[in-house]
Amino acid sequence: MISLIVVLPFLSALLMGVVYLSNTQKKRNTFYTLVGVGTPAVSAVLSLMAGAELLQGAQTIHYTLFQWVNIGEFNIEVAFMADRLSVVMVAFITVIGTLIHIYAAGYMKEDAAYGKFFAYFNLFMGSMLLLVLADNPIMMFVGWELVGLSSYLLIGFYHHDSANITAANKAFILNRVGDFGFIMAISLLFVSLEGNGFTFDSIEANIGLINHEMLALIGTLLFVGAMGKSAQIPLYVWLPDAMAGPTPVSALIHAATMVTAGVYMVARYSFLYGEIPNIGLFIASVGAASALFAALIASYQSDIKKILAYSTMSQLGYMFIAVGLGAYSSGIFHVFTHAFFKALLFMGAGAVIIALHHEQNIFKMGGLKKELKLVYITMFVATLAISGIPPFAGFFSKDAILVAAFASEHYFIWGVGSLTAMLTAFYMFRLLFLVFHAAPKSTNRLHSVPNSMTYPLVILACGSATAGFLGLNEAYGGGSWFNTFLALPDVSHHIPHATEYMLGGLNVILGVLGMGLAYKMFAKEATEVKADTLFKKILMNKFYIDELYDFLIIKPLLFTSHFIAKVIDPKIFDGFINLNVWGYTATATLFSKLQNGKVRYYALYILAGVSAMSCYMLFKLGVL
Amino acid sequence: MTPELFFLLSSVLFSIGLVGLVARRNLFVLYMSIELMLSSVNLLLATFSKVFGDASGSVIALLMIAVIAAEAALFLALIIHMYRSSRTIDSDTFDRLKGQIND
Repeated sequence: MISLIVVLPFLSALLMGVVYLSNTQKKRNTFYTLVGVGTPAVSAVLSLMAGAELLQGAQTIHYTLFQWVNIGEFNIEVAFMADRLSVVMVAFITVIGTLIHIYAAGYMKEDAAYGKFFAYFNLFMGSMLLLVLADNPIMMFVGWELVGLSSYLLIGFYHHDSANITAANKAFILNRVGDFGFIMAISLLFVSLEGNGFTFDSIEANIGLINHEMLALIGTLLFVGAMGKSAQIPLYVWLPDAMAGPTPVSALIHAATMVTAGVYMVARYSFLYGEIPNIGLFIASVGAASALFAALIASYQSDIKKILAYSTMSQLGYMFIAVGLGAYSSGIFHVFTHAFFKALLFMGAGAVIIALHHEQNIFKMGGLKKELKLVYITMFVATLAISGIPPFAGFFSKDAILVAAFASEHYFIWGVGSLTAMLTAFYMFRLLFLVFHAAPKSTNRLHSVPNSMTYPLVILACGSATAGFLGLNEAYGGGSWFNTFLALPDVSHHIPHATEYMLGGLNVILGVLGMGLAYKMFAKEATEVKADTLFKKILMNKFYIDELYDFLIIKPLLFTSHFIAKVIDPKIFDGFINLNVWGYTATATLFSKLQNGKVRYYALYILAGVSAMSCYMLFKLGVL
Repeated sequence: MTPELFFLLSSVLFSIGLVGLVARRNLFVLYMSIELMLSSVNLLLATFSKVFGDASGSVIALLMIAVIAAEAALFLALIIHMYRSSRTIDSDTFDRLKGQIND
């Protein structure tokens, strides 16, 4: 059954791909919608059934599809494993994925390449589910690469604009950097295990065989992979550019699912990271830095999707703080709640963009709260959730992370996290106020937003509002049901409930503060922020990181390539070969002069040859 | 008369024939040069036959004279044919051995 969850989207992607390629001009939107939306829905039902099975106390479900590689002890099976962690991931991926597919059916309905879009989209679903349900690191890596591929295809979906292709290439290449770390890590892991099986279960059982330094190296390299996929410093620059893709892609891939793969991976290897808390601290620090950094940039962006992209990066930073500090369940819980409200935010943004005829600058929007009432309400819920205002989902998950940071006595990380929480509230409400409250900038009639784009928003808004109660911890009168179900090897710290209330209260105060600041600055009069001070200029130019990478990596690389292409290759390598060729040609020309077709010359050559032979015999061999 | 003189004569005749073959372009002169070289070989055969007292050398020389006579007929016919086809007896015009390479 669980193999079907993965295989079905791949099959439907193949089917739609073949049908689309058979005639790219023909409109078959009904068929594509049926297959493209139906398949994730079936997967969702199957995942929920698998989840129900585990809820009733079943052990981890294993299923081997077939044996892929079998060379001596090297034995790779295409096998799936649904344990508590993966079943939670699969459940929300398929459910939210289905909603986004429904939304996409509305968003993309006027696109000529509708079938291609759904083929890619289902390919992504299959890849993501493969990544999550993989039974061994090799299959996980296959899924990891396939999500990268489908992300690349979908970012560059509007391929008529070369800027989109550049963005797709950027995402793909930066992910390669991360994937290098990932593949090095699993290779090292395989070598270190010395053939003691290579499924997650057997790695966990034999983790004691590997010495501490090696584990630290593997952990770091794995995290390099996570940095690439989950857009953390320093490999994050692709994520804002990835917004070049269609909005459903941003919602599904670059907000709810794929970018959280890094967090999932760290949680999946929690048994490994449990042995190396120093690396965990490093992960948490990178997460905290990314969270603050992205929140700062987001506060000064004007493209609605880029703000959300930086916001995603910032929230991913929170998740890495959690998993780095050993609070794996809290990290996954934030992945879970974040998927709801961030997908909702992106889909709401997509609806706004469609309504405004593809306008993405928030300073050119405004006053939409009447016309797009449903979008406004749902986005308001999501904004409250991401800002950490109780009782919405984000409060509980973010609070759990900050409490974990505080309890593990890493006060600096906690401080950065809290500051980021305030910034989050600020930039999210800034977006909300500018788009829905501020005075309208244009009087153009709005483009109609189909129902298929708004109904999923309502469902997600309900999720954003209530998903937090699943993980209600003791201090708030719950039983941490989510964490208990996940049963991950969390590092537990006990702090008094009073402290927890205090921290929670502080978060709320910070959130409200950010909200108030945004209200004061943007709700009434909204003029585009000018880069008048140095600080603003740096922030608006995203800390010049793209320029820095351009200067440090791309320019030298291009210069070297240019040097090799223009100097070393033509002058040295080609030169050597050309010299040889010239030598052969010259010699051949010389010899061809001898071959003039006149018999008497040939006779002369014979004479010369015979004479030479005679001289040789006479003077060297002494025949006489 | 020592055989060395005959050897010398034979060598001189052969060399004259060879040089004529290389240096001259008239087909008739070429033919005569070839005849000269053949004759020098014949002379050599006859000389050796005499030196070793073996008649088979002289027999071969006699046979060769007959073959050379036949060859003369063939050769002259060839030259006439070549003259008819290209109106010249300059051997350098017959350079089709070179092939078709442009240089």
